[in-house]
Amino acid sequence: MKETTIEGILEIKNQEARAQQHGWWQRLIEIVSRNPLVFIFIFFIIIPFIVPYKALATQIIIWGLFALGYNVCLGYTGMLSFGHAAYFGIGAYTAAIVLIRLWENIWFALFCGLLMGAVMAFILGYLCIKRRGIYFAMLTLAFAQLLYFIGFQWVDLTGGDNGLRNIPAVPLSIFGLSVDIYSPLRFYFFVLFFVALSLLAINLILQSPFGHVLQAVRENDQRAKSCGYETSNVRWLAFVISGAISGLAGGLYALYLHFVGIESLYWTTSGQVVMMTLLGGMGTFIGPFIGAGVFLYIEDTLSVITPNWMIFLGPVFVLCVLFFPAGIWGTIKDLATRRRKWGG
Amino acid sequence: MEWTVIVMQLFTGLSLGMLYVLLALGLSIIFGLLTVVNFAHGAMFMWGAYAGVATFAITGNFWLALLISPLVIGGYGLIVERGLIRPLYGRDINYPLLLTFGLQLIMIEIVRIFWGTSDQPFSAPPSLSNPIEIFGIFYFPSYRLFIIGITLVICLILWIFLEKTNLGLVIRAGTRDPLMVRALGIDMRRIWWLVFGIGSALAGIAGILAAPIRSVFPEMGIAMLVECFAVVVVGGMGSLKGAILSGIIMGEAISITTLFYPQMADIVIFLVMAIVLLIRPSGLFGKAGLLE
Repeated sequence: MKETTIEGILEIKNQEARAQQHGWWQRLIEIVSRNPLVFIFIFFIIIPFIVPYKALATQIIIWGLFALGYNVCLGYTGMLSFGHAAYFGIGAYTAAIVLIRLWENIWFALFCGLLMGAVMAFILGYLCIKRRGIYFAMLTLAFAQLLYFIGFQWVDLTGGDNGLRNIPAVPLSIFGLSVDIYSPLRFYFFVLFFVALSLLAINLILQSPFGHVLQAVRENDQRAKSCGYETSNVRWLAFVISGAISGLAGGLYALYLHFVGIESLYWTTSGQVVMMTLLGGMGTFIGPFIGAGVFLYIEDTLSVITPNWMIFLGPVFVLCVLFFPAGIWGTIKDLATRRRKWGG
Repeated sequence: MEWTVIVMQLFTGLSLGMLYVLLALGLSIIFGLLTVVNFAHGAMFMWGAYAGVATFAITGNFWLALLISPLVIGGYGLIVERGLIRPLYGRDINYPLLLTFGLQLIMIEIVRIFWGTSDQPFSAPPSLSNPIEIFGIFYFPSYRLFIIGITLVICLILWIFLEKTNLGLVIRAGTRDPLMVRALGIDMRRIWWLVFGIGSALAGIAGILAAPIRSVFPEMGIAMLVECFAVVVVGGMGSLKGAILSGIIMGEAISITTLFYPQMADIVIFLVMAIVLLIRPSGLFGKAGLLE
């Protein structure tokens, strides 16, 4: 009925006029945020060729995958976890132990990593989701630290402080063909395969009714509850999904390094993924990968100059929390849309 | 095993528990009033120890270090609250947590730049380094007794301050209903500012007290912080009674486990936490649903 009133017509004309005033970059950002998956894949194809060396690109997408899994927890369900090192580390150790002791099969090892990440998140999640908000943050951190100490003490299984070395470089078998994947570029695309699968899976989950319930829980837990959803189970399930993706990322990281160190279970790993997710923009699809890219690129560049590179990254993070809580991608998106609301 | 060994270990546990009490009190008082979880609390504890090391290196006087450390860290806390925490009031409860997380990384890095990553030697003053005979039966390090004593004194001062002074009354009222206190014409922001300073000073004094018995290194605060999180989860966040009781329980749990099964010593505190969570999710003295 809008078209029939004079005000309606004026408004539509106004909108059209504004639309013409948009800069090309605002339109670009709009297109990107409407089809995040397409642009993530373009981004993925490009990065190995723009970073200083190919291994950095691999590292970026592995950490990006971890941050993506973490984002299911923080960005989409609103649970601030400080203990995701537990699931990443468990995934890494499981994949490594399977390869060394059980079966030299990469598919199986990664599957076990993912599974153990999920199982661990299932067990610890049961305890952690008993409390919400800041308690949740403290509990996840405490239980991750518990796993760290266990990993540290259980030398027979984990190698303790020395970590697990000599993870065999097993060729990948696809339908009976064995493929060597250990050149930097090949390994990048091997990792990309898993990252792409996880992206599609998470996209599917977030688009599903369950995904909308997750966001409802984030926005208003009470209200979601009164709509008849068992919100604590919803949060638990989101936590398990997040743990599974983290476990997969851990397994890939073990394959990438041929080594699993005890740091993978340490709080610094949890902290790093929190920083990446927040820097990039939580609750967005592209954010975690941008965050991981920026973080690792800065680390890589600065650590050549000084071992105390955190002195630069720390303030960046603090300023980000203070002034740009939406992160890099979120802020860019806000800028693009805000301009439009003000009429250019 | 002789019973004197067990009693001695109980005393050791008590002195460790006192450090937890000091830190958990600081965390809890800040949280109770400001609803801010200070992730940098462990780093402030560490800075307290380094402030003590620095003062001791310059003056050679332990008692002066004991006095200066909490003052410096308390003052630092006042600056942090005004500059960094205050802009975040009214935003989501997670943001102060994220901010102080970033802050602690910076604080650790600053110490690494000035002192390096290795342990700093720091010993108790000669007057406190001899063991004391207790009940004529066994000897106990007098420095640990000193920790127990000074913590009791601090708890007493804090109790008198909160229960018997006007300012304490305002603080207690602020924990219950900050809006009402504001309506009565009291500027809550100044109270919050002060309380953050007090909490930081408590972390500073815990740091200098811990310096002679635990090693002083840049990451010393992290393990302590995580353990204190366990302490406040068990005690009930925001409850001072809970912080004291739970701090002592955790200290004893660790030291008894160290005696009987040392491999479990790092883990036991989290097991206690898991058990308490299963039985009483809101902690010993916590109110269910408070700020969740």
